[in-house]
Amino acid sequence: MKNAAKKFYVFLIFVFLYAPIVTLMVLSFNASKTRSKWGGFTLKWYQALFGNRDILQALFNTLMIALMASLVATVVGTMTCIAIENMKKRTRTLIMGITNIPMLNADIVTGISLMLLFISLGLKFGLGTILLSHITFSIPYVVLSVMPRMKQLNPSTYEAALDLGAGPVYGFFKVVFPELLPGILSGFLMAFTMSLDDFIITHFTKGAGVDTLSTKIYTEVRKGIKPEMYALSTLIFITVLILLLLVNRAPSGQKEMKGVKL
Amino acid sequence: MNKTKYKLLGTPYFIWSAIFIVVPLGMVFYYGLTDRSGTFTLENLISVTTPEHSKALGLALLLSFAATLICLLLAYPLSMILNGMKVNQHSFIVLIFILPMWMNFLLRTMAWQTLLEKTGVINSILSFLGLPPLAIINTPYAIILGMVYNFLPFMVLPIYNSLSKIDPNVIHAARDLGAGGLQVFFKITLPLTVPGIISGITMVFIPALTTFVISNLLGGSKVLLIGNVVEQEFTQASNWHLGSGLSIVLMLFILVNMVITAVFDREGEGSVL
Repeated sequence: MKNAAKKFYVFLIFVFLYAPIVTLMVLSFNASKTRSKWGGFTLKWYQALFGNRDILQALFNTLMIALMASLVATVVGTMTCIAIENMKKRTRTLIMGITNIPMLNADIVTGISLMLLFISLGLKFGLGTILLSHITFSIPYVVLSVMPRMKQLNPSTYEAALDLGAGPVYGFFKVVFPELLPGILSGFLMAFTMSLDDFIITHFTKGAGVDTLSTKIYTEVRKGIKPEMYALSTLIFITVLILLLLVNRAPSGQKEMKGVKL
Repeated sequence: MNKTKYKLLGTPYFIWSAIFIVVPLGMVFYYGLTDRSGTFTLENLISVTTPEHSKALGLALLLSFAATLICLLLAYPLSMILNGMKVNQHSFIVLIFILPMWMNFLLRTMAWQTLLEKTGVINSILSFLGLPPLAIINTPYAIILGMVYNFLPFMVLPIYNSLSKIDPNVIHAARDLGAGGLQVFFKITLPLTVPGIISGITMVFIPALTTFVISNLLGGSKVLLIGNVVEQEFTQASNWHLGSGLSIVLMLFILVNMVITAVFDREGEGSVL
């Protein structure tokens, strides 16, 4: 009985979390153009989606920025972790403190501060400024997920590799890198997800005429969201869901993957 | 070994963080503490006491406080249940809460309009069951709901994380020594999860306090929060000095939160990651 109550509670929370997602999926098959009426089942929005250049361009921008930002952030973040580990405690605390600023600060303040910077540097607002901003808020996610792995590392294994004749680079990739990999992967995925889902910082750092999916949706809110947008987000969601289920179903022999928290 | 060589690897990020984190923050302070002619003034900060701004800040504080409290009350039992379920894959739990983020956050929030509308899904179900309708769309209650919906995962994950780190032997020991269920909870479980709770509170309270999107989407245009005021100063009114001044006020709240976090969570145990 008590167990049933617990399960019911978890079930309710899941309904709460996933109800809007189901709603959007249902809306993507809705023949009526308005949100509030069900006009019968249709697939026309899915067809229309592939002819809608604006949306496809926004999708391309979003994915490119997320991919580039998370790749750069992963490389820079991992390098930073190696450096931090070899530093004095005071410098380390300082760097970690600065790294925490974008994590703890409000997105709106981060967005505004970057906007002020870009204006004073005279940069042209566009994809470039969005990318710079996304790299900035992505690095902390990588640093914070690689750092714990770095601390668990046994430095003797690396020294042993060097003693046995490995060069520093070879030694790093053979000994240290595999140990860090789960942290690096989860940092990358975290950064990618955050970049993809970001609206606020993009809102302040984008130029006129350049849109990511988020900013495009925001401008459409007043006019009414195009149903193609529901179709697109349903497709994205289903793709990710299937990919993640596949990864999770993967044979449990891959022990290293266990630390990946996505 | 030769440590300086490794330290050099940090150079790109040190330069990067100086340019893109430290300098921009400095600029917010510069704009916030000067007027259009560039002379020092506290006027932008003081403007938070004008009736319009203080009302927006007060409402934002009230709503974000309510949302944080609701998140905590929902998340704690949930995390305990999830932890008790012994799902052998920690990552699976995290996955379930991160997954919704792959559907755009604006769309998900918009979907609540469809659900909450007068003739929306929820009210249809309620009237089918013979219950009175729920008329919360375009009210502050809808904003609280939107905040809870969007930020609940950020409360669940750190609490779940700190719960799963508790050594079951500690609880067994307490049991053996005669502690009852409630006593175990208040003497062991709760104190050990304080870092998670504090981190969760920060992760929910700050975005909720400063949001302008959720209030825009679910509050109609009737409800103005401090985030909306700041956003409008930058995108519509173009008074960057005033907007920066109000941002500094917001940062004071963030700072207080950071200090509390630092005090309670020295080891970084409550982190989401």
